[in-house]
Amino acid sequence: MPTSLIEGNSLLAIDIGAVTTRAAFFDVVEGRYRFIGIGQSPTTSNAPVRNAMFGVQLAIENLQTMIGRSLMDDDGQLTTPSQPDGSGVDGMVTTLSLGPPISTLIVGLLPEVSLKSIESLAHTTYSHVVDSIILNDPRPAGEQVDAIVHFSPELVLIAGGVDGGATHSIQNILEIIGLGAYLLPESKRPVVLYAGNKQLARDVQASLSNIASGVSISPNIRPSLDMEDLAPAQRELANLVVNIRQRQMPELDEVRILSGGIILPSSYAQGRMVRFLSSYFGSGQGVLSVDVGASAISMAASFGGDLHLNVFPHLGLGEALANLLDHTALDDIVRWLARDIPSDTVRDYLYQKSVYPGVIPATKDELAIEQAIVRQNLIVAARLMLQRLPVSLRRPDGLLPPLEPILAGGAAITGAGSRAQKLLMLLDGLQPAGISTLALDQNNLLAMLGASAEANSLLPVHVIDSGALAYLATVISPVSNAAYGTPIVRARLIRDDGSEMTSEVKMGDLQVLPLESRQTARLQLRPLQRADVGLGSGRAGEVEVTGSSLGVVIDARGRPLRLPGDPVKRRDLAKKWLTTLGD
Amino acid sequence: MLASITHILPLTTVVRRRLLPVEGRVLARLGQKVLPSDVVADATVGRSHLIIDIAQTLRIPPQNVAASVKIKKGQKINKDEVIAETTGMFAREVRSPVEGRMVALGGGKVIFEMGGSIFELAAGIPGVVTEIIPDRGVVIRSAGAVIQGLWGNGRLETGLLASVMESPDEILDPARLDVSARGLIILGGYADNPAVIKNASDLLVRGLILSSISPALLPLARQAPFPIISIDGFGRRPMNTTAYKLLSTNIKREVSLNAEIYGRLTGTRPEVFIPLPVSQEPAEPRDIETFAPGQIVRVINLTRPAQIGTLVQLRANPVTLPNGLKTRAAGVSLESGEQIIVPLTNLEVLG
Repeated sequence: MPTSLIEGNSLLAIDIGAVTTRAAFFDVVEGRYRFIGIGQSPTTSNAPVRNAMFGVQLAIENLQTMIGRSLMDDDGQLTTPSQPDGSGVDGMVTTLSLGPPISTLIVGLLPEVSLKSIESLAHTTYSHVVDSIILNDPRPAGEQVDAIVHFSPELVLIAGGVDGGATHSIQNILEIIGLGAYLLPESKRPVVLYAGNKQLARDVQASLSNIASGVSISPNIRPSLDMEDLAPAQRELANLVVNIRQRQMPELDEVRILSGGIILPSSYAQGRMVRFLSSYFGSGQGVLSVDVGASAISMAASFGGDLHLNVFPHLGLGEALANLLDHTALDDIVRWLARDIPSDTVRDYLYQKSVYPGVIPATKDELAIEQAIVRQNLIVAARLMLQRLPVSLRRPDGLLPPLEPILAGGAAITGAGSRAQKLLMLLDGLQPAGISTLALDQNNLLAMLGASAEANSLLPVHVIDSGALAYLATVISPVSNAAYGTPIVRARLIRDDGSEMTSEVKMGDLQVLPLESRQTARLQLRPLQRADVGLGSGRAGEVEVTGSSLGVVIDARGRPLRLPGDPVKRRDLAKKWLTTLGD
Repeated sequence: MLASITHILPLTTVVRRRLLPVEGRVLARLGQKVLPSDVVADATVGRSHLIIDIAQTLRIPPQNVAASVKIKKGQKINKDEVIAETTGMFAREVRSPVEGRMVALGGGKVIFEMGGSIFELAAGIPGVVTEIIPDRGVVIRSAGAVIQGLWGNGRLETGLLASVMESPDEILDPARLDVSARGLIILGGYADNPAVIKNASDLLVRGLILSSISPALLPLARQAPFPIISIDGFGRRPMNTTAYKLLSTNIKREVSLNAEIYGRLTGTRPEVFIPLPVSQEPAEPRDIETFAPGQIVRVINLTRPAQIGTLVQLRANPVTLPNGLKTRAAGVSLESGEQIIVPLTNLEVLG
C-alpha cells in the first residue's frame, strides 16, 4: 500500500459548491484516519458578499463548533500546522463546483474523430459547449471568427491530427482561433487547451500564447485513429477550470495557497476517487458514483480503472432548472409524483427554484416535486452517460452495465426524506440491472477524499474503511420480457442464523426480503422465463448479501421501468412501492 | 446564518452600476446629473468580420504582405478601395469588397470589421454620476423608493405609474389594459394570458409590473418592446404585501422600471425605482445581514404564495419539517398573527 510523506497529520477538506460550502475534518484516531466532522455554510461567491472565502470561513467556524476544536486563530486565519494543544490543522485541500458553466469552444478536424473526443473531454467538467469548429466547417473563416467574438468563450479545447500525422489542416484552424481571440478584449480572451497532434504543440504555444489568456498542452487525446485517451488532458483541464474560476473569483487565490496548491474541480476529484474505489472494491464490475448538486449532476463510472466521467450542468438542481424543460418534458417529471399535484405547479416550481436554488422543500408536495425532478434528471443523465460509454461497455438492451457498488451523493439525495425515498429515487432514476449494492455518500465526502489523496494517499483508504459511505441496500433487478404478473424469479434467503425465507417474484413486483442491518445471508436466485438476475440470461446462482433497514430488495418492476398511463393508477403504484420499502 | 436580502424600501439611497455589454465609450461625466433616459455610454455591437487572403491573391509570400498593404490597422475603408498592391511588370491589386475597418493583419491576411449597430446605455434612474468605469459605464447615486423583483425581461423605461390592481392577488385581465393605460407603467397582477402582452404592446404601455408571471408567457414577455418585471416570481402568486402597499401608494408618480435580468453573481436585479425629493440623503440599504429576531422576512414557498412576517426566534437545534427533512429554522410571526417554523434557507430579509 502506498504511504504518504505527511501521514499522521490532520487534514481540512473544503468543498465550495454552488449553494453550500462544506468543511470536513479528518484526523488520526487509534492509528487510522477518521472522518471527524463537517460544518457548512451558504456559498458566498454571489452578490452581495461576492467572496467565497467568507463562506469558507463560516463553514470552518461551524466545523469548529461541531468538533469542539479550534482550527483558526482569533483573526480568523487558519492555524497550521496543528499545535500541541490540539488546535489547528496540518493540511488543507479544496474542491469546487461553484460558478456558472464555463463557456467552451471545441475544435477538431473530423466530427466523428477528434471533435467527438474533444467534446467528451469538455463533458468531463462544468462546461457549456457554445460552438464547435472543424476542418470542413461550412462557414467562411470570417463567420467562424464572428462566432468566437460573439460567444466570447472562456475556454477553447483543441484536438486534431494523430501523432506524426499532417499538420497543415490544424494550423489553418489555429489561425482562426488566434484571430478570434485577438479580436476580444484582453480581459475576455480565452484559455486554450491543446490536446492534438504532438508535433504541433510547439507551434500552438508560439502562435497562441501571446493572444490567449493561457495555453496548456496535454498529450494527444487521439494519438491514433482507433485510440482515445482522455486522462492526461482531464488533469490539464482540471487545472484550467480552477484557473478560470480564480480569474472570476480572485479570492480563490487565497484558497489555493492555503490548500498548498491542491484545489480541484469537484467532479474531477470525484472521478479520481471512483477510479480508486473500482480497485478498492475489486468487484470486477464497474463502480458508479452519482452526485446530484445544484450546479450539475456528475456521473463517474470506472471499469477496471478506466474512468468515464460526465458532468451535466444543464441537469443541476439550481439555476439550470429554468431551462430544464428544454431537455426533458414536463409530463416526464410529473409521472413520478406519488401525490396529486397539477403539472402547472411542477412547472412553476422549476422556475421558482431556479431563482432560489438554496431553498429546500418545506412541504410534502414540494419534496415530492423535488424527488420527481431528481428521478427524471437521473434518467436523462444516465441515458447520456450510456451514449458516451465505449461500445464494449454498453449492453445491447440499453441498460446500465453491471455496477457494484452504486454510490450516491448530493443534498437532494442524501438529505431527502427517508431511506426508502432515497433508495426508490435512485432505483427509478438509474434503473440498475442485475445485482447492485447502493450506498450513500451521506456527508458528500467523495470529492473531498479524491482531492485529499493528492496530499495523503492513506487517508481516503482509511476513511472509506471506517464506514464513511452508508450502505443503503443490495438490490436485485431482474431483466425479463415476461408479461406483467408472470413469475420470473424464485429467491431463497438463508440467513447466518439458519433461518430461511423463500419468495416467488412476479414481473412488476417490488419485494423486500427482510434482513437486519449488518446481518449477512446467502441469497439463492433461480430465474424463470429466462430472466437475467445479473448472472446471465436464465442462469441461477447464489450471492452473499448484507442486510440493511431496507432489507434485501428485489426490483422486478421491469427494465426499462414503464409506468401506467393512467395518473391515478400511477400514483397508487408509486405509493405502494414506497410502502413496500417501509416509508 | 447569512441572510439573503430583498430591498423593498420606501426611502433609501441607491447606488447603481450601469455597464455596457461590451467595451465602448462613456459619455457621462463625473458629477453630472442625469435623467433616466440620458445616454451615459455607447458601444458598437454585432459586428461581423471578413478575412481577405492577400498573400494568395497577390501571389506573394505571407511575410511580404505587410509591405504591400496600403492601409493601417484601425483605418476605415470604402468598398472597392485598394487595400494592397504589388508593382512591376505583373502588378496586382486587392480591393476591399466591403465598407469596413481593418482590425488585424497577419499570416498574409487582413481582417475587416463590418456593420454592427450602436448600443446606447441609458442612465435608467435619475441621479448623479459618482464614478466613471472606463470603457464600460458609470455609477449613479439617487434617493427614492425601491422594490426589487425576481424576474425581468431585460428592458428599461420610465413613466407614470398607474394601477389596474385592486388587491395583491388579482389575475391581470387583458381587458383592463384599455386606452387609459397608453404610455403608462402599469401595476398589474398575475399574468398568464398572452393577450396581456399583446394588448400592452398595442397600447404602447411603458412597462408592466406584475405580481407574478406564468412561465408559459416568458417567451412572449422576453420579446415585448417594454420592460416587464415579476415581483414575486412564477406561477400564480399574489404580490407580497410590502411591495403592493409601497407601489399602490405611489400611483401617478414617475417611476423607473429596470427589468434587468437577475444576475446572482453580480447582484443585478430587476427593480422599480421611485425617485423622491429629499432634504438629506437617506442611508444606503444594508446588503449583508445575518438572521436575527425582529427582522421583517419573506417566507419563500416554492409551491405557495410567499408570506411576510417577523422573525421572532432562531431555533438552536435543527427541526424536523412535516416532510421529514431536518434543517436549521426560525420561528416567524406572520402578518396574520400565525406563528410558523420556517427553514432558514427559505427566509429572506426585507429591508
